[in-house]
Amino acid sequence: MADKLKTYPALRWAGLALIACALIALPFVLATAGTTWVRVTNLAILFALLALGLNIVVGFAGLLDLGYIAFYGVGAYAYALLASPQFNLHLPFWIILPIGALAACVFGVLLGAPTLKLRGDYLAIVTLGFGEIVRIFFNNLSQPVNITNGPQGISRIDPMRIGDFSFSQSEVILGLNFSGPIKYYYLLLLVLLVAIVVNLRLENSRIGRAWQAIREDEVAAQAMGINTTHVKLLAFGMGASFGGIAGGMFAAIQGFISPESFVLVESVMVLSMVVLGGMGNIWGVIVGALLLSFVPELLRHTVDPMQRYLFGHLIIEPEVIRMLLFGLALMLMMLFRPAGLWPSKVRKRELTDE
Amino acid sequence: MDIFLQQIINGLTLGSVYAIVALGYTMVYGIIQLINFAHGEIVMVGAMVAFTVIGWLAANTPLPPLLIVLIGTAAAIPACTAIGYALELFAYRPLRKAPRLAPLITAIGASIVLQQVAMMIWSRNPLAFPQIIPNMVFPVAGATITLIQIAIIMTSVVLMIALTAIVYRTKLGVAMRATSQNAPIAGLMGVNVNHVIAATFMIGAALAAVAGVMVGTYYGIAHYTMGSLLGLKAFCAAVLGGIGNLAGAMLGGMLLGVVEALAAGYMGDLTNNVFGSNYQDVFAFMVLIAVLVFRPSGLLGERIGERA
Repeated sequence: MADKLKTYPALRWAGLALIACALIALPFVLATAGTTWVRVTNLAILFALLALGLNIVVGFAGLLDLGYIAFYGVGAYAYALLASPQFNLHLPFWIILPIGALAACVFGVLLGAPTLKLRGDYLAIVTLGFGEIVRIFFNNLSQPVNITNGPQGISRIDPMRIGDFSFSQSEVILGLNFSGPIKYYYLLLLVLLVAIVVNLRLENSRIGRAWQAIREDEVAAQAMGINTTHVKLLAFGMGASFGGIAGGMFAAIQGFISPESFVLVESVMVLSMVVLGGMGNIWGVIVGALLLSFVPELLRHTVDPMQRYLFGHLIIEPEVIRMLLFGLALMLMMLFRPAGLWPSKVRKRELTDE
Repeated sequence: MDIFLQQIINGLTLGSVYAIVALGYTMVYGIIQLINFAHGEIVMVGAMVAFTVIGWLAANTPLPPLLIVLIGTAAAIPACTAIGYALELFAYRPLRKAPRLAPLITAIGASIVLQQVAMMIWSRNPLAFPQIIPNMVFPVAGATITLIQIAIIMTSVVLMIALTAIVYRTKLGVAMRATSQNAPIAGLMGVNVNHVIAATFMIGAALAAVAGVMVGTYYGIAHYTMGSLLGLKAFCAAVLGGIGNLAGAMLGGMLLGVVEALAAGYMGDLTNNVFGSNYQDVFAFMVLIAVLVFRPSGLLGERIGERA
């Protein structure tokens, strides 16, 4: 199959064109089943963005970050504070998203700087602690000056808009009904594409190779002349900025955020996506994110009615199934297929041959 | 009332719980260099099982309160040991030779699974501790100490002495120390390494069960999410004392409890109410980060080089 693609480049382009058409048509197909599914898809793309960001840290550089959702939170709060009635600021999104990414990046470096000397498992706990600290601050910074509005969160966040074109309102273009979520879908798809390209380019760049060298053997990498501290900080910063951008878009799409969205479980969720798909493999990670976003939703729509039909009431709540899926994904993948469903070649060698 | 002394007493109470949980982390880490992420959940299961038994006994039998609590604890210990053993056998043992990231990720997964299963068994609502222990309060130099606080501190001291005796005075203890120094060589010397590691997990889990009963009794409730934060703080305590070091875990636990209590008592006054006691949970992590940055080996730990 792969050989055929190489010998017939036309076949490859045709395949890509087919995928592109499918992706463009997708939201309209989903919309016939209900706008909910478009929203689910949008969230899935957001999670794919997050998973790509975390993949830089965990997959490429091999640093286990359990507080990743904090950067998502920083991006989301940056957007919410700069585009909502909270401070009566209404900056346009193309200014805020970079600010959010930058803020997240700064936090990433701040966290990384003192902790990167630590060995892997300590790093995991410290990042976890950091994630909790950030959440506690979101929760409590309503006093003495009300910044984050505490546990109530920030609501009425501005949607994204370019001039008069608002992403949240539905309008009819060329006879097709573009609802808010569908517009966001295309925007998210675009951002995801850019993110994928950036990641693919990073992977085989000088930095990407340095990350992988550190992951394989830090001492050897250092001996090869890699400034490990700088390169690790770079991984933290870059991973964090992806989180920041995803967070900003999340705030804009939802229109409401609260500290509840940035709890430890969310970090674990993103980690499960990376692990399930295959740490270090960009396509694998995206597949992982999509799987773990859609399967729980599908289960919600099938298991829920099935239980009611069979037993007359709910025995296992869909939310519990979702969490069990994440937990089991982490456990079983490590035990039986440590390199993920779609392993990266290098990573596979590392995780299995030892 | 003397606030300072009162906070010290409260801190020591909570610190004893941290210390007991921290011992579980530190023993496992000392022997196989694994952060047993699911340890906090074992504490939770201990509290839940004990509360179920205690609640039933208190409602249906005329037994004296002390006996009821003891039976509850006695029921929690085998449940937790079984979970500890199962975790080691199915989740960690197959990964003992894998890169260190692998068992850590499995542990996180196990923790989530345990939490969800507990939720399915005991529901989302917290279990309340029946009002059976008389709420006796004793004055101590301007502050007060309750009967429960005395019981918690005493129990943890007894447990610490017992554990020290096991590790330094028994054959199993010798085997444990040998395995932690060098597992393959210990194996050559006739130590059944798998048994020793399993035993370590089980002892840690038994301690966790008692800690679960202690913390549940102290706060009066048990909840399926109670384990994660407690586990994290206990881990911070273990690192503070020097991970892998038994005395360190005890010291770290007590210290962390006192620091937290004092911070909760004074932070509001010191910072003009900008940071109140609602930031209490931040403290454990701040301590953790500070220790790891300035003295990664902890207060009592030995400095060891990078083990690749």
